[in-house]
Amino acid sequence: MGVDATRTLEQAAVIDREGLALLLTGLRDDGYTLVGPTARDGAIVLDELDGIDDLPAGWTDRQEAASYRLERRDDDALFGYVVGPHSFKRYLHPPRVKLWQVRRRDDGMEFSRGGAAAPRYAFLGVRACDLAAMRVQDRVMIGQDARDPIYAERREGAFLISVHCTEARSTCFCASMGAGPVADAGFDLALTEVLGERDGEPRHEFVITAGTPRGQEALRRLPSRPAGARELEAARAGHERARGQMGRRLATEGVRALLRDNPESPQWDDVATRCLSCGNCTLVCPTCFCSTVEDTVDLKGEHAERWRSWDSCFTGEFSYIHGGVVRPSTRARYRQWLTHKLSTWFDQFGTSGCVGCGRCVTWCPVGIDLRAEVAAIRRRADADEPARATSSTPDAGSDA
Amino acid sequence: MLPIPYRVTRRVRETADTVTLAVAPAGPDAIRRHRPGQFNMLYLFGAGEIPISISGDAERGELVHTTRAVGAASRAFCRLEEGDALGVRGPFGTHWPVDQARGRDLVIIAGGIGLAPLRPVIDRVVNHRGEFGRVSVLIGARTPADLLYGSEHATWRARDIDVRVTVDAAPGSWRGRIGFVTQLIPTLRIDARAAAAMVCGPEIMMRFCARELRALGLAEERVYVTMERSMKCAIGLCGHCQFGPDFVCKDGPVYPYARVGPRMLIREL
Ligand SMILES: Cc1cc2nc3c(=O)[nH]c(=O)nc-3n(C[C@H](O)[C@H](O)[C@H](O)COP(=O)(O)OP(=O)(O)OC[C@H]3O[C@@H](n4cnc5c(N)ncnc54)[C@H](O)[C@@H]3O)c2cc1C
Ligand code: SF4
Ligand code: SF4
Ligand code: FES
Repeated sequence: MGVDATRTLEQAAVIDREGLALLLTGLRDDGYTLVGPTARDGAIVLDELDGIDDLPAGWTDRQEAASYRLERRDDDALFGYVVGPHSFKRYLHPPRVKLWQVRRRDDGMEFSRGGAAAPRYAFLGVRACDLAAMRVQDRVMIGQDARDPIYAERREGAFLISVHCTEARSTCFCASMGAGPVADAGFDLALTEVLGERDGEPRHEFVITAGTPRGQEALRRLPSRPAGARELEAARAGHERARGQMGRRLATEGVRALLRDNPESPQWDDVATRCLSCGNCTLVCPTCFCSTVEDTVDLKGEHAERWRSWDSCFTGEFSYIHGGVVRPSTRARYRQWLTHKLSTWFDQFGTSGCVGCGRCVTWCPVGIDLRAEVAAIRRRADADEPARATSSTPDAGSDA
Repeated sequence: MLPIPYRVTRRVRETADTVTLAVAPAGPDAIRRHRPGQFNMLYLFGAGEIPISISGDAERGELVHTTRAVGAASRAFCRLEEGDALGVRGPFGTHWPVDQARGRDLVIIAGGIGLAPLRPVIDRVVNHRGEFGRVSVLIGARTPADLLYGSEHATWRARDIDVRVTVDAAPGSWRGRIGFVTQLIPTLRIDARAAAAMVCGPEIMMRFCARELRALGLAEERVYVTMERSMKCAIGLCGHCQFGPDFVCKDGPVYPYARVGPRMLIREL
């Protein structure tokens, strides 16, 4: 990742705060709906933005397992925080969306596609892990035989403005997953925020690179100058700072086989004593894609709709079939979630399902950290600890 | 992802809780031709959408489903009458390896509603009897009143198919077998080194069948079973049907036992 980023940095330009403001108004004038970070209710969330003034200037976040807090910075950085509870998944794979509607008529039923056309989005502040998560969801939603037209429409039209991270939190581990902290491709434009002083003057600038022709076009319209050695050095120093601040690694070597081969690890019982099965981890995760459907009918019984909404493998209904729930225990649900993320995702989509954004660590109410769980499963597998005695032979009684 | 409008053309009450519906397109659109063992998503206005196997002859072109009323949606389907409207998406999933079974002995084993997805295979044998070796159909039901397609058993037997029925419990008037369908397996006369088996029923029943078939000498690669999981989309997008690395809606529902057998032993997978 670092190599490519360095290469693109060679062609970098520098814009100031004014330039960024112009970029945003320009995109809005072009008909894009601008979505990016804003501070609200004590968190950096994603929302539709009018322009640069909606960005969380001077805010930063403190994140640890089960804890998130906003604090003032001693500068006016616009991107001086990492990822919050939202991800761009909210816009590409909306939490609730109409799939289709049907009208009942005397001579039968008439089906038609869901709601209005989606807006054309410009996403601002897309971090490297967010971009990696989009690539993961691309494989799920539009990379199979059946393409989801809702995701496809939103994704294909979106203009992406990345922000390379210059800080990281202990919850971050994108470097372990090969996903960050610097995005190498997949963006239209990418920024590195550079704050500092020069000749006693405070400076607030952005080193900017284009990743696509339309990104180049947008950049050409802005007042900019070529990036000099000093700015490039400052940008690289920021990336290195983020790399250095990154939290504990997730040891990915062999993790796919580790989870596949240890469905009866005693660690699953251990984590089940802590996990509340609340599903927060799945909601904040930028790659989790599971959904359910709901049918609604109007009062006259003539018009019905089918809506899709996010679902979580941590609920009981998720695996319900007539005759019972397939995964009644929290042990089985957490195992399904973690094994899917780090193991069976490879079988299904040829990639890890985790990009190391750390959201599930921060937003788990009891602070379960998947990195620690993987390490514990590995330790117990290496120590050859016996599995729970009852779990390897279901309905052993009737087996006789 | 849009259902195609269909209409009920024929209704057969099979048992107290099970109904077979033949359906035909209500307009110009129709689903692709199916293969034995595939399923459709059936939508009923306001009642929901459920996965139901195609239970009729793939060659005759008629689209048939046999539904057992177990909950809100399936009950509503069982109440449909001739001429009623429904929506169909499909066909989905893997199919029974009927072509590979040609020239071999074939064992078909069904528990309860599990006979529905296997009937297209039996139809195929009936229509092309000469292509297969010895063919046995072992049917298990809760009681004699729960037996599916009873009126067709004579037709099957007339085509030199060895049809055997057993029930879990029966009134005194029942002169047939009582016991588990697995108990019939050791008495099969087949060339086990080449034979193929297709099994559909509850997971536990399929596991015991595979074990008995293995004891006869039938390799697990040639024993096929079907998996059942929650399904909302049937196209690999909703995640509900995951079974280890598989999406049962597209990697299944029909599997060689060699692939899924070990996973069936993992509780709550
Ligand atoms: C591949 C496949 C083929 C099937 N073929 C047949 C068939 O040929 N005949 C037949 O009678 N039944 C079949 N079933 C089972 C049938 O789909 C369920 O009985 C039906 O979904 C129950 O829905 P309900 O609303 O009546 O029940 P409820 O118990 O009220 O279910 C509520 C909801 O849960 C889900 N659900 C419940 N049970 C199941 C289940 N067993 N499988 C998947 N989702 C479920 C559905 O979304 C359903 O709408 C098949 C299932 C699968 C997966
Ligand atoms: S599993 Fe956790 S760290 Fe990995 S991508 Fe999802 S939320 Fe981020
Ligand atoms: S791991 Fe944490 S966030 Fe996820 S379901 Fe369990 S308690 Fe909730
Ligand atoms: S039913 Fe949705 S993924 Fe299989």
